[in-house]
Amino acid sequence: MNENPIKEVRLTPIRNGTVIDHIACGQALNVIKILGINETNIGSSISIGIHVSSKALGWKDIIKIEDREIDEKKSEQIALVAPDATISIVRDFYVAKKYKVDLGEHIVGLTRCTNLNCITNKGEPVLPEFSVESKYPVQLRCCYCGKLVNNISDNLL
Amino acid sequence: MDLYHKDVVSITDFSKDDIEGILDMAEKMIPYARGEKIKRSLDGKILGNLFFEPSTRTKLSFESAAYRLGCDVIDVSEMSMTSMAKGETLADTIKIVDSYCDATVLRHPYEGAARLAAKFSDHPVINAGDGAGSHPTQTLLDLFTMRQSKGSLDNLNIVLVGDLKYGRTVHSLAHALNKFNMKITLVAPEGLMMPDEIISHLEANGCRPVITEYLDDAVANADVLYVTRIQRERFPDPSEYQKVAGTYRIDKALLEKAKSDMIVMHPLPRVNEIAPEVDDTPNAKYFQQAANGVPVRMALLNGLLGGEF
Ligand SMILES: Nc1ncnc2c1ncn2[C@@H]1O[C@H](COP(=O)(O)OP(=O)(O)OP(=O)(O)O)[C@@H](O)[C@H]1O
Ligand SMILES: [Mg+2]
Ligand SMILES: [Zn+2]
Repeated sequence: MNENPIKEVRLTPIRNGTVIDHIACGQALNVIKILGINETNIGSSISIGIHVSSKALGWKDIIKIEDREIDEKKSEQIALVAPDATISIVRDFYVAKKYKVDLGEHIVGLTRCTNLNCITNKGEPVLPEFSVESKYPVQLRCCYCGKLVNNISDNLL
Repeated sequence: MDLYHKDVVSITDFSKDDIEGILDMAEKMIPYARGEKIKRSLDGKILGNLFFEPSTRTKLSFESAAYRLGCDVIDVSEMSMTSMAKGETLADTIKIVDSYCDATVLRHPYEGAARLAAKFSDHPVINAGDGAGSHPTQTLLDLFTMRQSKGSLDNLNIVLVGDLKYGRTVHSLAHALNKFNMKITLVAPEGLMMPDEIISHLEANGCRPVITEYLDDAVANADVLYVTRIQRERFPDPSEYQKVAGTYRIDKALLEKAKSDMIVMHPLPRVNEIAPEVDDTPNAKYFQQAANGVPVRMALLNGLLGGEF
């Protein structure tokens, strides 16, 4: 068996937790925001690599979170800022589960429409809905008002 | 496209063929719209007019269109007194109104309101303007007027002038023009140009709009001059407004520079962007355009409600 399963040497290895790799460059802090992690609610360490060289993306960001396995809703939201991210669940140093986030074509909820005059921002009993207009960069078009969402990471639900 | 039971929310939901089909039907409606012929194809049906914002033209022409086909109309005249003022959601209001009638016409201050209403009602919803969003029936009657005057919509040379930034009519219209390979020229004062998003959308669909501030040059080859009102409120400095209003005034002198069969359109109300002297020229089509609201809306209502024609 491989003595050192960790090929990525820039960040500290973790025993248990989640690795979010292949994050579009510059989006690591937005991913942290999506995860809702801060000093008050996590007891273990988080390492963040910003502008790390990558074979596939040229440059990428990467995040390793100890002792936390992230859920599905979070990975859907991560897709909104980092459509190529790979999520690896690490258990006892080995990758136990690994998947790519999936942006899909249609987004329900997750973010609000940035058009303040949009009916979805007026207390109606509907979730905002968007069609994915482009993936690089991610552009969402509101299915109600037809406007593009301006700043996804600041408007996540 | 079979219109029966469809919603009319945005012009972008309709293909070129769908639009031509509606205009063909509108053509047939003309003698009925004028009262020269009578057919009560929607006898026994009820249309709900739900206007959360003031409108005279649109509301009246929907009423006229309905009555011409024998369809009754119920409406709320004082929207401020009603549910919205009490904090009821549009979703609830529309469900209730929908249960009282066979189709609802909605004008609402928020963008996307018609899409939402369509979701919550079983019967057709017709968008009569949602905030700065779309106004598809206006677009249909605009296209109808162009086709009526020019014979066909394909490959026309059209100039849009005025407030292209805030005017919802021109936004809906631009999307539709694109389906007919029209040559589009956009003429607006600084700060009131068509939003980049719409221009990119036009470009993505193979249209290369000419963008300019100079109306005189633009009209030289135009088949259609579509004028919109520039609102005084858009200018912080009144003298700026005066200057712009003067530059884009349509008068006989401007018509001299255009082809003799160029038509002049305007969604109305106008303030002074078109000189009254133009009204009597054969170029002026804006009153006919307003009148066309009736046959076009008749065609829609008849189709949505399944009238025999
Ligand atoms: N124990 C660990 N501690 C920290 N990071 C780890 C650990 N195990 C794996 N990783 C990281 O998790 C990610 C996925 O691991 P994997 O072994 O699949 O990498 P890979 O072969 O580089 O895959 P990819 O093709 O997705 O880049 C990589 O970024 C890797 O560095
Ligand atoms: Mg790798
Ligand atoms: Zn919206």
